[in-house]
Amino acid sequence: MENDNIITIRNVYKRFKHVEALNDVSLDVKRGEVLFIFGPSGGGKSTLLRCINQLEKVNEGEIIVDGIRVTEPNADLDKLRSEVGMVFQLFNLFPHLTALQNITIAQEKVRQWPKEQAVETAHRLLKRVGLPEKADAYPDQLSGGQKQRVAIARALAMNPLIMLFDEPTSALDAEMIREVLDVMVDLAREGMTMLVVSHEMGFAKAAADRMVFLADARVIEEGSVEEIYTRPQHARTKAFIEQILY
Amino acid sequence: MPDPKSESIEVLAPRKEPGILPATNRIKNLPWWALIILMLGIALVYAIANLPNYADAFYFIVPGLKVTLTVSITAFVIALVIGLIVGLGRISTNPIIYNLATFYVEVVRGIPMIVIIIYVAYVLVPIFISGANGLGAWILDTSWLGFLQDIGNSLSSLDITQINPIARAIAGLAFGFGAYEAEVFRAGIISIERGQMEAARSLGMTYLQAMRYIILPQAIRVILPPLGNDFIAMLKDSSLISVLAVRDLTQLGKLNRSRTFRTFETWNTVTYLYLSMTLLGSMGVKWLERKMKSGER
Repeated sequence: MENDNIITIRNVYKRFKHVEALNDVSLDVKRGEVLFIFGPSGGGKSTLLRCINQLEKVNEGEIIVDGIRVTEPNADLDKLRSEVGMVFQLFNLFPHLTALQNITIAQEKVRQWPKEQAVETAHRLLKRVGLPEKADAYPDQLSGGQKQRVAIARALAMNPLIMLFDEPTSALDAEMIREVLDVMVDLAREGMTMLVVSHEMGFAKAAADRMVFLADARVIEEGSVEEIYTRPQHARTKAFIEQILY
Repeated sequence: MPDPKSESIEVLAPRKEPGILPATNRIKNLPWWALIILMLGIALVYAIANLPNYADAFYFIVPGLKVTLTVSITAFVIALVIGLIVGLGRISTNPIIYNLATFYVEVVRGIPMIVIIIYVAYVLVPIFISGANGLGAWILDTSWLGFLQDIGNSLSSLDITQINPIARAIAGLAFGFGAYEAEVFRAGIISIERGQMEAARSLGMTYLQAMRYIILPQAIRVILPPLGNDFIAMLKDSSLISVLAVRDLTQLGKLNRSRTFRTFETWNTVTYLYLSMTLLGSMGVKWLERKMKSGER
């Protein structure tokens, strides 16, 4: 049996009080794949990501991450989350900790790695996201783009199997989007499995293996970047792409 | 008819800089209230140094300062521990924990502090002691718990008559203030944006790790000033423990008055001793507030 899927999402339903966020969503993600998820706001993109690391519980359906059925009631969610990095729209850096401490704290407290190793990793990652000189800066001394790059380094420090990006550039000023996308493109080229919720078509073209158009709580269309971008089958997809390209 | 616009303009008008005020205004703006308090203090010190009745009252009452401070500080530390645990219970999604915590907070906040102190001292503490006695006896009677024999012995030998009024007073104040501190902790924790907890959990931290390393260190900055104010309230409300005949400032005041019939001397001294503690305390809180606002970390 050939099963290279690192994430399997089967018939997932998620309802918030009166809103349907996910309606019978099924999706497979291969190891090393970069999946670009786009669609109108309120369409369920963020909810989908948040269900994968179980920040939200699904109402129905199942999600399997790296062979573990995470929608089971007795699944070890702390273990799951430590293997799945997440980057948030509003960064969510810890404001009382320096950039370095933001990156070391989970390594020390969750992974129980020795402090020297955690600090070394943090310095290496800060260098990798282009911020070697910001180790001792607090989040409020960083620009939006810098914060987001520290947040990416923080997630990478756990050595995750998968990285989830929830609109990582939506809260950034235009001139800072590039520096964050560059880091993400590098990461994609190194073979990281990534699920990226975004409107940055440039990133999709540069790095995505597959695109998923999510609207009205459903997967409307999915396929290669080439297929979706240039020959969308669905009128809804076509209209949306035209809209955001203006 | 007053024009609402002109009124709002007056409200919005910039405040005059203190530096460019005319001299008469500067005098008007001095903290005269503090000067009056200071002068009353000087008068009291003068009276204690020169008038035998005042000196007598002062030296009789002043040991109560130590009792008031010891009881307040100990009870406040315990109230903080109760407050943290119950405050976490108040935001728990587990209905049993939430309801237990809310039951405690609502009951305690609905009862006058003096009644709580009396109730804890004469009802809850005895119940607790007899419960401990029962548990100790059960441990000693149960053969397979033999390894707990020492604990069983000490629990069953606890004697209600040996629990002194100071211990009961501390229990009462801590129990009463714990409910208020719980609400301070709860407010501080929910003031931290949701994304912080999500980011911590998404890194694999447990709920308690996220609380300890991420949420509480941020919440503590928010709640330090209100906690300081509650400690000042504790200093004042500790006077209620005089109903348990604890020899605190208030109780020694009562004793001194009935011993000497010197009402003025007694209560002037007691009043000023409380006032100096609370004023020093609120200066400390103001300093904390400024530090929390400017320094941030």
